[in-house]
Amino acid sequence: MTTTIATEPPRSNPVVPAEAVPRKRPLRLLRHSLALTKRSLIKTARTPEALIDVTLQPALFLVIFVYIFGGAVAGSTHDYLQFLLPGILAQTIATGCIAIGVNLNTDLQKGIFDRFRSLPVPRSAPLVGAVLGDIVRYVIVTGVTLAMGYVMGFRITTDPLSALAGCLLAVLFALCLSWLPVFVAMNVRTPGAVQGLMFALIMPLSFASNVFVGTDTLPGWMQGFVDVNPLTHLVGATRGLFLGTPIGDHVWWTLAWCAGFVVVFMPLALRAYRRKAS
Amino acid sequence: MTTDLVIEAEGLVKRFGATKALQGVDLAVPRGTVLGVLGPNGAGKTTAVRILSTLLTPDGGSARIAGHDVVRDAERVRQAIGLTGQYASVDEDLTGRQNLELFGTLLDLGRAGARRRAAELLEWFDLTDAADRMAKTYSGGMRRRLDLAASLVGSPQVIFLDEPTTGLDPAKREDMWDVVRTLVTGGATVLLTTQYLEEADALADAITVIDHGRVIAHDTPDGLKRVVGGQTLEVRPAALADLGRTAAILSEVSTGAAADEIRKGVLAVPVAGDAALTEAVARLAGAGVPVTELSLHLPSLDEVFFTLTGAPHHEKEEVAA
Repeated sequence: MTTTIATEPPRSNPVVPAEAVPRKRPLRLLRHSLALTKRSLIKTARTPEALIDVTLQPALFLVIFVYIFGGAVAGSTHDYLQFLLPGILAQTIATGCIAIGVNLNTDLQKGIFDRFRSLPVPRSAPLVGAVLGDIVRYVIVTGVTLAMGYVMGFRITTDPLSALAGCLLAVLFALCLSWLPVFVAMNVRTPGAVQGLMFALIMPLSFASNVFVGTDTLPGWMQGFVDVNPLTHLVGATRGLFLGTPIGDHVWWTLAWCAGFVVVFMPLALRAYRRKAS
Repeated sequence: MTTDLVIEAEGLVKRFGATKALQGVDLAVPRGTVLGVLGPNGAGKTTAVRILSTLLTPDGGSARIAGHDVVRDAERVRQAIGLTGQYASVDEDLTGRQNLELFGTLLDLGRAGARRRAAELLEWFDLTDAADRMAKTYSGGMRRRLDLAASLVGSPQVIFLDEPTTGLDPAKREDMWDVVRTLVTGGATVLLTTQYLEEADALADAITVIDHGRVIAHDTPDGLKRVVGGQTLEVRPAALADLGRTAAILSEVSTGAAADEIRKGVLAVPVAGDAALTEAVARLAGAGVPVTELSLHLPSLDEVFFTLTGAPHHEKEEVAA
């Protein structure tokens, strides 16, 4: 299998000497991003073990928290399950988005991103493609959490439309929040640093919130943080949409946080990506 | 000066912190030719290629590819180039075919066009059988062929090959050389970096030697060899007793110097060209001297540097540091 290249007839010469300028077609960024999304999806399908953080983890957390703390915190494991499930969903989304940062940081150190950069491809396409590819992970995490909860006795008490809205809001939040780890990935040197830094950011967000307990038991100084915590709003919104609890402004605040993550971290991440090489 | 320069660079400067990777490098490559950029590790070859392929912006100087400025008109440059090397690689988790189709889509060939182009290149690079295996399962030689195929998806007129054969065994290296020759026959202009004088000699129309971020020589391969000195003929006579006679015969074909015993039982003389090899064989056979080893060597990169700079490059590095 060594020398057939040399003996091929010249008709198969792969170089066309004329300057072939690809046509600029509309929606180029979208088309290129989707091509790169497909790349992410193929990679995800090849390495199902990389989905543990969005499959096994929410199921384990539900079991551990409900059966160990349920009695103590809420007096009944079933009541606590109803309360906790939207929280676990939000927490798993927040920890699940760390993976994209770790993966992108790993990718950057391989030649593939240099190849993308040497092609006439919009500079943002590789990052946008990666973020969109993660939709699958967030749909999986939502499905697994609800399915595991259902087995344990969780019941949605509103209507299917509200429940669907809650799920969509969770996935949207995840996609927007992803730009934070993407930004971190563009600015630190090793995948381990992405993991460490993101964990340090996500931990206080998930615990100083309404994920595990009602916020009225928390000390006053912490409540100020809890009230602006984006996870508090996401959990407040999904709880309302799944269980009919008072929803207040939570949906609007969640959407505002989504917009904020994209408006702030997407341009910063893209800028860092462009500068990464030079 | 040729007007049809496809790659032109003037005074390229690039610093990384306190390190001066390039300190004013000029390069010029006429259409349809191969420029070999020769230099040791860390000389600045890869930095130059990364600037020319728009991956890095220079701190000083300018460069044009096919008439387009690499900084101001980077998008048009990217449409004209293909990059293969230590850095521009493929996705190991995708199959060979998926990789090539991805790059076809990114180059706006359309779904059918990308598929057709991928099949064509897989065939041409003898990868059809492995097309649907993940790239991480490929051997070193197959990987290089896939890397090169990936850089040709858009039919680029300018191709950068950054150390295309480093780590390949000699047979695979020659295959790669044949590919490069075919690309040039097809009208491509190639800039190739290498650490091997032999490789530059085999492929390049002109050679630019870089060391410590500066061009220290630019010449044709023959011109460079004339400067550095010709080749070395090494002979190991079958019997140690024949050393004297062998040395006498070798002196007759040498460019003047007497034969040196460079290793136990091996004699070496400088010779002017390939003809000396046949001449030596004929004379040794005529004199009835059996030999077990006979080989012709180009000057090594070290010798090139020694001649051009008066010091082996690793010693100079210590001085510079």
